[in-house]
Amino acid sequence: MTTVEAAAEAVETREPTAAKIVRFLGKTPVYLLLAALGLLWLVPTLGLFLTSLLDPTVVGRAGWWEVFSTPSLTTLDNYREIFDNEAITSAVFTTLWVSLGATIIPIFIAALAAYAFAWLEFPGRDWLFLIVVALLVVPIQMALIPIFSLYNDLGLFDTIIGLVLFHTAFGLPFAIFLLRNFFIGIPRDLLEAARIDGASELRIFVRLILPLGLPAIASLAIFQFLWVWNDLLVALTFARETQPITVAIFSQLRQFGANIEIIAPAAFISLAIPLAVFFAFQRYFVEGLLAGSVK
Amino acid sequence: MSESVTTAEAPKLGPPPSGEEPGIWQRYGVAVVFLAPALVLLGVWIVYPTISTIFRSFFDRSGDEFVGLENYETLFSDDTLLTAIKNNFLWLLVVPALVTAIGLVFAVLLERVRFATAFKVAVFMPMAISLFAAGVIWRLMYEKDPDQGTVNAAVAVVKDAVSPSGVLSAAQPSTEELEGGPAGGLVLVKALEAGGVAQLGLTGIRSSEIPAGAEQAVVPEALGGGITGVVWRDFKPGGGIAGEVESEELGLPGVTVELRDENGRSVLETQTEADGTFAFEEVEAGLHRPAIGPETFSEPYAGVSWLGASLITPAIMMAYVWVWAGFAMVVIAAGLAAIPRDLLEAARTDGATELQVFRRVTIPLLAPVLTVVFITMLIYVLKVFDIVIAIAPGSVQDDANVIALAMWRTSFGGVNDFGLGSAISVFLFLLVIPILAVNVRRFRREV
Repeated sequence: MTTVEAAAEAVETREPTAAKIVRFLGKTPVYLLLAALGLLWLVPTLGLFLTSLLDPTVVGRAGWWEVFSTPSLTTLDNYREIFDNEAITSAVFTTLWVSLGATIIPIFIAALAAYAFAWLEFPGRDWLFLIVVALLVVPIQMALIPIFSLYNDLGLFDTIIGLVLFHTAFGLPFAIFLLRNFFIGIPRDLLEAARIDGASELRIFVRLILPLGLPAIASLAIFQFLWVWNDLLVALTFARETQPITVAIFSQLRQFGANIEIIAPAAFISLAIPLAVFFAFQRYFVEGLLAGSVK
Repeated sequence: MSESVTTAEAPKLGPPPSGEEPGIWQRYGVAVVFLAPALVLLGVWIVYPTISTIFRSFFDRSGDEFVGLENYETLFSDDTLLTAIKNNFLWLLVVPALVTAIGLVFAVLLERVRFATAFKVAVFMPMAISLFAAGVIWRLMYEKDPDQGTVNAAVAVVKDAVSPSGVLSAAQPSTEELEGGPAGGLVLVKALEAGGVAQLGLTGIRSSEIPAGAEQAVVPEALGGGITGVVWRDFKPGGGIAGEVESEELGLPGVTVELRDENGRSVLETQTEADGTFAFEEVEAGLHRPAIGPETFSEPYAGVSWLGASLITPAIMMAYVWVWAGFAMVVIAAGLAAIPRDLLEAARTDGATELQVFRRVTIPLLAPVLTVVFITMLIYVLKVFDIVIAIAPGSVQDDANVIALAMWRTSFGGVNDFGLGSAISVFLFLLVIPILAVNVRRFRREV
């Protein structure tokens, strides 16, 4: 691949400037098309953002493009209101705690299990692993009703812990699957050497496996974090007062037109974090999504 | 972990004294400890509920009475639930194919140019956003009022270019010299001959509705062989005298004026200037009556109701395609990049056209990647929930219904029938299994 590219590059540098210009002009339609499509894809998100900046007196009557025709309509008032709105700010923090908890805990628990499946000997190991992987097929819907009753009995309904535990359990099969396959690629010699040196399994796990598994753990963490942050279904079922941001916005949707000055900035805040994570870790993304399809 | 702890632990886990078989705990204790948290969580939150839901689906809503397959019969006879199943199959039929096709087109376009990173990021970005937030975004896009909903605003721009809406939506004659109404146009009662000057005064026009660029109204000079006149807002702050063009009264530009013959047929047509004046030069002999044409009063575009019962499902599908096109594009582009160049070159050297190369070489080589995208989409589409509940207003959720939404609404959205809700879950589970089985096998092969 690289040699092909290098060869192509070499050919291009030898090309006269005129030919290059002609070639570029020949591609102008493609560039224009891409520019138009790219713009088309940006408009919806941009529209939400600009709507969130519209003066509350016209929001709900004017479109986001008024920002360009009448710049005086632009204001940060909506955001000021949102930050003073206790329901919204506490929802953002609830989302944050749930997302962090439901990222760190399942990854740690999955890493322990994955290590056992990869490097510890015990009877029925491969069968047990197969069963765990098979749990990937269970849709979340299968657990909602029994867990709803269970949470009511245990007092876990409407708590951060309840949400974290649910997301943790449903994050485990995939996390175990991914990490076990990653851990098994760690050279056997490294582990044997540590064992001969008399290191305990826990020490091997903490000092050797976790650091070596960091690339896989990082990519898993990003995906799990976003998965939980973006969740609506679980939160809508198990949260009432202790609601994450998606549920807080959802409860405003009933009067969509009248509540746009709350909905637009709140929705933008809720997607700003995933967007930041996305721009910071773009390359881990596709992997995670492909993998997530078995979830 | 400190050094001393480790050395203290080491002998315990070291090789057992020779000749003595280690106990079960010593051999498997570590594995048990490492596996226990995961197995407990999986057992309580996934295995137990799955079995429980299957059992629950054979009981009535309270869970006390065994009803056999009754819930499943309801699932296939209830109108709302049948709509959900039908809609979900429509989703399966349309969306995965559409997403894969658009992803393929984008990937191929990308391949032809360099430096298209900005495009890639723009199209891929919606993937980071939750489907729920995407739903909120599109709910805003689909607002009916063209002053607010982007989609309808865009339609309105196109529509106005083709057939512009009238400059005034409502106005009345200021005196009895005009008769008729907005539907047929306002006609001057008194017929004019060539050389006549018509004064067409209107009232009942809100200040916000005065066409842009309106200037002080002027009564034009009479024209030898023609008819001239003025259309103006016969009103000024304080009132003014009806039927007279006074200072501070504005002409109405862009108004369509017709000249009608004695039979009422429109023979000539013109538009007013900024000061409201118009002129028909060279009018035939005879009596003519100028009239303000009905086009002037055509109502502005009211917008397509995307969120109404009939369009809601296609509208949500479009939003969903917007979210997932980037995923398909990136995966397919990676597949394209992996195709050996010399294969394509060989085909071209053999005289194949670009289209033939694409259809006979590129597509077959891409088939595995396209399958991956397609199957991935099948699974996501089967479980689609967030974006539907976000875009569809409560009143049309019955029309936009899908299986996952029906399950939630039946179980938690007011109906609270856990028996039927469980049956819907089991149905969804049964649909997911075959697709996932294929996917997991593929995934295992890859890893």
